[in-house]
Amino acid sequence: MVDATVAELGGGYKYGFVTDIESETLPAGLTEETIRKISALKDEPEFLLEWRLRAFRAWQQMKEPHWAEVTYPPIDYQSISYFSRPKKKLKSLEEADPKLLETFNRLGIPLTEQKFLANVEGAEVNSRPLTPVAVDAVFDSVSVVTTYRETLAKLGIIFCSFSEAVREHPELVREYLGSVVPIRDNFFSALNSAVFSDGSFVYVPPGVRCPMELSTYFRINSANTGQFERTLIIADKGSYVSYLEGCTAPQRDENQLHAAVVELIALEGAHIKYSTVQNWYPGDAEGRGGIYNFVTKRGLCKGAYSRISWTQVETGSAITWKYPSCILKGDHSRGEFYSVAFTGNYQQADTGTKMIHLGRNTRSTIISKGISAGHGRNTYRGLVRIAQSAENARNYTRCDSLILGDRAAAHTYPVIDAKNPRAQVEHEATTSKVSDTQLYFLRQRGLSEEDAVHLVVNGFCKEVFRELPMEFAVEAQKLLEISLEDANG
Amino acid sequence: MVETASEAIASAEQATALLAIHNLHVQTAEREILKGIHLTIRPGEIHAIMGPNGSGKSTLAHVLAGNPGFTVTVGSVFFNGNDLLAMAIEERARAGLFVAFQYPPEIPGVNNMQYLRTAVNTVRKSRGQSELSAAEFLSRVRTILKELGMPEEMVRRSLNEGFSGGEKKKNEILQMAMLEPRLMVLDEIDSGLDVDALELVARCALRVFEDKRSERSLVVITHYSRILRYIKPQYVHVLADGKIVESGGIAVAERIEEKGYG
Repeated sequence: MVDATVAELGGGYKYGFVTDIESETLPAGLTEETIRKISALKDEPEFLLEWRLRAFRAWQQMKEPHWAEVTYPPIDYQSISYFSRPKKKLKSLEEADPKLLETFNRLGIPLTEQKFLANVEGAEVNSRPLTPVAVDAVFDSVSVVTTYRETLAKLGIIFCSFSEAVREHPELVREYLGSVVPIRDNFFSALNSAVFSDGSFVYVPPGVRCPMELSTYFRINSANTGQFERTLIIADKGSYVSYLEGCTAPQRDENQLHAAVVELIALEGAHIKYSTVQNWYPGDAEGRGGIYNFVTKRGLCKGAYSRISWTQVETGSAITWKYPSCILKGDHSRGEFYSVAFTGNYQQADTGTKMIHLGRNTRSTIISKGISAGHGRNTYRGLVRIAQSAENARNYTRCDSLILGDRAAAHTYPVIDAKNPRAQVEHEATTSKVSDTQLYFLRQRGLSEEDAVHLVVNGFCKEVFRELPMEFAVEAQKLLEISLEDANG
Repeated sequence: MVETASEAIASAEQATALLAIHNLHVQTAEREILKGIHLTIRPGEIHAIMGPNGSGKSTLAHVLAGNPGFTVTVGSVFFNGNDLLAMAIEERARAGLFVAFQYPPEIPGVNNMQYLRTAVNTVRKSRGQSELSAAEFLSRVRTILKELGMPEEMVRRSLNEGFSGGEKKKNEILQMAMLEPRLMVLDEIDSGLDVDALELVARCALRVFEDKRSERSLVVITHYSRILRYIKPQYVHVLADGKIVESGGIAVAERIEEKGYG
């Protein structure tokens, strides 16, 4: 029943267009020379070049990992271009290439600052005030604009492109870069450390609660180019920040590589909420094209009572390989992971989390919802490690898989490694199909079959969607509906 | 074209009846469950279909609703003059057929209220009616909740999730009342209900019927006759081994209550 619905509907990847914009792109290939060029183009300090070169040498000795439940042809790292940016340099938004502005406009990303609507009558959606979102827009390898910087600066919050942070705040970058995801952590993090081009940087000073959502929007435009961005978020003592990333790419027949690294550091009493709505081009109905999304995300709850929450909605990419994790070092710190991963057509996702409990009374929660349709393959892979030092550590894991149709697959690989005898670890898992009984029931009440499927799937994802900032929860829900419609080509 | 007498009667019934079932044979998993059902229901009528377990009562309700688990091998069903068997499940619902299920499924994470509003407005739109505003919708829901003795908290929960048997039945009647159907089929609505709940459910169903008696019909499928104390049928049919073996007035139900199916 489900297959029939999905096939009847059109839909399509809405963001598959290409922007015709003049770019300067480094020739394909990766040598020490490439890295020196990237660093020179960005006018970087010596310490960063040295760091990149160390990473490159490490990477050369490492092997691409193949333990994930995904298959793809070998990647030729010498055929990728590692840097591409729009030719025209921006001094202000007014000078920007209209095509660039048009691109973000079509993607629905506001690059101009909206009037502050909070506390104005009528500016409410479902009784929650509509707050503006500060955006850092990354186009291929560079950040093109960051909004609301001045508003934020008044509170001492730094929100800028990574390149700018390197210039303006080298001491912070130097202290924290690679402190959570070391160069040698894995093959892709080493590659990223060698060639990363841009990304976002956030610093929230002690005791400050960031008044708006911060977000970075990543757009891959150029063909044959990889995107390797780096995000670093530092929440100082007692601060709070909610951060969101979104991403899209043109529809192309070739696969493109996206290998990002995200590092979060929460000091004593700080709370970082990191949300992702991942909508990279997933490839077509026959499995041609699409982004390889090989990403390393990790947060360090460094101080006592700190908290890091990861929420991800993964609907795009041909292959997703990512495990946003938390190292719970501070006593009483908390780590959370809420995930919806959808795979349709020939998409493959191997995703999950690691919760590493080191401190006393640390808590972690993992809620993972995997949905597979079409020929999609969806894998949850998780590790809960409780060190001997982690007195009274607790973890709760729920891992649900929903399968639509009879050609999709779901796998679950949970690993629990408890070294402290007083640890409490709970794991629940379910695998179900959208039942014909549920659809029959809902249609008996007048809903179309596709609306019935959407309702059941949205219900399945509810626990995760409610963790997202509201505007994005609505977007995530729509995204999932479009993906469902396209799932069987 | 030669028309047999029974076909002539059937076509006449199709024109005036709300529901006209003619020689209905139904299979599931290669086994014949219904073996030639004839039944005509006109607007304003209440029918009871009684029978022992396994006689095919619930199958009849599911076939009317369009459950894909059953195959009609012979026969016809006309609903308000239209070929019901040619209609999709949701088309039947939108045309005004409501089946209150014996075992409605649980749908985790789907808010009962939001679901109901989507269903009501989808159905209203298909009938050319305007969508209900949030305020109007809420006020109607509250009236029915009161009628059924349901706490408002029930509609804020996930659809049927963790509901008791009785709560699920009440929730079915709430949906029925909101969807304003023409033909209401209650499939063993009385099972799992205590006496007080049964009375509330029966009175609410009857009230919906009475609201538009000239257009609506009610079919009560039941094993026991106790619900018929509240909903008095004009016609009682006894189903046994896939066939209607007896049709009559309320006296048939009274005899069954006294002597069983024997």
